[in-house]
Amino acid sequence: MKLIFEKSQEGRRAGTLPSYDLPPAEVPDELRRRESPRLPELAEPEIVRHFTALADRTFGVDTGFYPLGSCTMKHNPRVNERVVALPGFRDLHPLQEEVGAQGALELMWRLQEILAEVCGLHAVSLQPAAGSQGELTGLMLMRAYFADRGEGEQRKTVITADTAHGTNPASVTMAGFELQKVETDSRGNLDLDDLRAKVNQETAGLMLTNPSTLGLFDEHIEEVSKIFHDAGALLYYDGANLNAVCGISRPGDMGFDIVHINLHKTFSQPHGGGGPGGGPIAVREILEPFIPAPAVVRDGDEFRLDYDRPKSIGKVRGYTGPFGVFVRSYAFIRAYGPELRRMSEVAVLNANYMLSRLKGTYELPFERLCMHEFVLSAKNLKRDHGVNALDVAKRLMDYGFHPPTIYFPLIVPEALMIEPTETEPKETLDAFCDAMERIAEEAASDPEILKEAPHRRPVRRLDEVKAAKRAIVKYGFDQHPDLRGDRAEGEAVEAQRGA
Amino acid sequence: MAADESYPEELRYHREHDWARVDGDTATVGITWYAQDALGELVHFEPPAEGASVAADESYGEVESVKAVSDLISPLSGEVVEVNPIVVEEPEKVNDDPYGDGWLIKIRLSDPGEADGLLDVAAYKALLDEQ
Amino acid sequence: MGYLSLTDSDQEAMLAAIGVSSIDELFQDIPEAVRLDRALDLEPALSEQQLVAHLEELAGKNVHTGRELSFLGAGIYDHYVPAIVDAILARGEFLTAYTPYQPEMSQGVLQAIFEYQTVICELTGMDVSNASGYDGTTVAADACYVAKHTTGRTKVVLAEALNPQVRQVVKTYAPGFGLEVVEIPHTDGITDPDDVRKAAEGAACVIFQQPNFFGCLEPAPELAAAANEAEALAVAHVDPVSLGVLEAPGRYGCAIAIGEGQGAGNYQSYGGPHYGFIATRSDFIRRMPGRIVGETTDTAGERGYVLTLQTREQHIRREKATSNITTNQTLLALAGLAHLSWLGPQGLRELGETCMSLAAHAKDRLGLPLVFPERTTFKEFAVRAGRPAEDAIRAAREQGVHPGYALKRDYSGMEDALLVCVTEKRTPDDIDRLAAVLAA
Repeated sequence: MKLIFEKSQEGRRAGTLPSYDLPPAEVPDELRRRESPRLPELAEPEIVRHFTALADRTFGVDTGFYPLGSCTMKHNPRVNERVVALPGFRDLHPLQEEVGAQGALELMWRLQEILAEVCGLHAVSLQPAAGSQGELTGLMLMRAYFADRGEGEQRKTVITADTAHGTNPASVTMAGFELQKVETDSRGNLDLDDLRAKVNQETAGLMLTNPSTLGLFDEHIEEVSKIFHDAGALLYYDGANLNAVCGISRPGDMGFDIVHINLHKTFSQPHGGGGPGGGPIAVREILEPFIPAPAVVRDGDEFRLDYDRPKSIGKVRGYTGPFGVFVRSYAFIRAYGPELRRMSEVAVLNANYMLSRLKGTYELPFERLCMHEFVLSAKNLKRDHGVNALDVAKRLMDYGFHPPTIYFPLIVPEALMIEPTETEPKETLDAFCDAMERIAEEAASDPEILKEAPHRRPVRRLDEVKAAKRAIVKYGFDQHPDLRGDRAEGEAVEAQRGA
Repeated sequence: MAADESYPEELRYHREHDWARVDGDTATVGITWYAQDALGELVHFEPPAEGASVAADESYGEVESVKAVSDLISPLSGEVVEVNPIVVEEPEKVNDDPYGDGWLIKIRLSDPGEADGLLDVAAYKALLDEQ
Repeated sequence: MGYLSLTDSDQEAMLAAIGVSSIDELFQDIPEAVRLDRALDLEPALSEQQLVAHLEELAGKNVHTGRELSFLGAGIYDHYVPAIVDAILARGEFLTAYTPYQPEMSQGVLQAIFEYQTVICELTGMDVSNASGYDGTTVAADACYVAKHTTGRTKVVLAEALNPQVRQVVKTYAPGFGLEVVEIPHTDGITDPDDVRKAAEGAACVIFQQPNFFGCLEPAPELAAAANEAEALAVAHVDPVSLGVLEAPGRYGCAIAIGEGQGAGNYQSYGGPHYGFIATRSDFIRRMPGRIVGETTDTAGERGYVLTLQTREQHIRREKATSNITTNQTLLALAGLAHLSWLGPQGLRELGETCMSLAAHAKDRLGLPLVFPERTTFKEFAVRAGRPAEDAIRAAREQGVHPGYALKRDYSGMEDALLVCVTEKRTPDDIDRLAAVLAA
């Protein structure tokens, strides 16, 4: 398929602009643009066709089953798209006077109250733009809290699980802490002995997802919480897996002091091909003074922005956060009400059903019921037939499914992390499990068909080594190299430098 | 095209999967077959500058494959006198020939006696068996 | 609950297959003490039509640009979003796909991001762009992180004429990054290159804005040169809508170009979600935070696209990542690509020229004293309203006009100053109306 630039023709144009009979304003010579940017030049029909063709080559939740573990690829309700486009939300300037933004401020305040209730905590900031920014914000809160107590120099380390999502260690580093890892035991819980050995007066806190990325609820969470709190440290909850426990168990009640929530996971903000998301945080009273400013507060019948927050860590994102995301999540939650619990129950039911169907065919690292997701290992297929998790994933595409997450968490070899979510019907779960069984059979009878998969997508397997070496990250127009001459497999490729 | 597994007798080895070929007061340094195999095909080598100091057991640079990046741990201390320009251009040379054309840097040793603390091939192979 | 397919008979069959007798049993690993023993204290579920009515009521309490003639800018702009953007974003595939980690399933998104990266590089005159950052504020923090790692220095210099929100965010990130932040006051609405020269000694980077927060055109090539003399990276925070008429930062000595993409393709939406952009010279490619899409071929030799250089990202380097960003702003960046494609190079130039001439006309027509009379401005300018800004705003709004941003909120000596923004959505008649309202 051609790039939009390859379809451009000089002089074509879609955009029409108003013009006024006014004297032109001069740009000083030394600041004026010399060469036009080479933006696409197409009229409207061809732009529409181009993006339609791109959409046709993209698989979304709207297309089919998308069981990416820890991503919670649930259905995105269409009514949310209708309400986010209401002019009162869509065309509202963030610096509008507060008196002219009461509807927006009220929606944000109500969403804060809801999230505090769901988390079992006290105060909420909606500012962070995504889960990983929520993590960073939470860690900044930890720093501010300890600095305020005169323990800033002392509390240097944050502990994460060895099953943690990669953002956790990266966030720890960005927040200026040192990282320590704790091991997982054979039941899939944090190893308490390892933890006791590592937690001390230099520990600022724990970052944990519960249930973990293994889809398992830590059975000793109360003891874990006590170990940290006894050492004067805090507990941070990575909300990536909140879909499993809404209305059933609240992070605040588990002992966590700070939580981030992924609005694009649990609360249905569409994933958009990679974003946008929302990563609000909820905190215990002791941490409220430090939350980002301004805070959205209620004053009788009015809602306002409170900038008078002397201990606040500051601002992590422009304005009050990704408001359009709040509208969708708020609408999603109001459609459920207290029945949000049912959402989690069905998510966990769906996952356990799939687990019961697949555990005979693939290896199960931990003999337990799962929560909303589970991890299988394809190491039996690797050992017996030489096919690995990647091959299984690519072959699933031929059956019309998006693959699950692979090679994560790191402690499970040939990992396949599967999260169905609550919005999938039983037939879809059965069809996926049937396909997984067929693929295991194919691994034995015809492994090549897996190794060369996918066969039915717009492209075959892509050469990621070539992409990293050549690093062609934009269209080069007349200078754009033609990579198609080189063959990917079975030949020694003389990599050319340049571009 | 990756090389067959081998660990030359005449080299000294470091537990972080690096090798050193010591010649008087200079040493040539690289990564072992085990390391290149674990990383996969290399796509990038981030070398130290010539003239920079390196210290035993500490990182002196990085290599990257598509799926992983790895610190390069120096087996010995000294000053970098040469960086292999071939590997900078074609990092996959390390996979093809980890002990020959795939050498990474040459060091003028600050303490030639340090090499005695490295593993011989038997000890390194024993370490690999435990992995 | 219309989002769930599960029927009673489904549930029965599934529980039987699992080997438990109730859903409660599935949660047996959760200790009693941490279970919620009551229903969530939330308002009852709303049907779809009740939900829409409720949201309409909330939206109805907001004074949006359809209800008030607005000259409010200050970082978020009321530019025209063409219908083609809405149409493209409504495609369910773009809306509901996630990060393209399985490239064979996501060639459409990957190619679109590659095209977006190209467009950003074209606008900014740079070699590498990422797939988007959160917004125009966090990309400044990203730029500081890149500058620190490449120069080894820990001081960052910010022009005071850089958007206050951007500066606040950089200062929030700075302690964790181990950065010292120094600000250069503006000199009569712009930044003095000599001030930059002095402050840039030992600095990792200097960040200035073009056009700046006051709408004034900075002596950008001189500011970049001053930073470069001190071997600090020159970072320009730019308005994408201006880049059809103003020179690209890559052409006047900048190492990094950043900005807020909202004005190109996104609605205002009370501040988000939008997209930040960051683009650099080629030497910084391995330091670039966030995702990057690269071109490659498949096993049949056909061209395709993949996420590349992923070792920089959180999911491989973990604690050594160049950033922790995972979810970014892809959908909003696609809107930007669609908008810029709709405009084309001619359209972008005309858009910039139209905004500039309308704003220049407004400066004359308002007849109010300018805060920075000597300065050439782009689409915004600061005037003195002759009374406290909040009073001028209140009075104007009573007549259905929002006259602009109260600069006193962020700057001293601006008690009566309004930052007036004129985009292509304002007409000469609108400007007449503003003049009448402010004169009263």
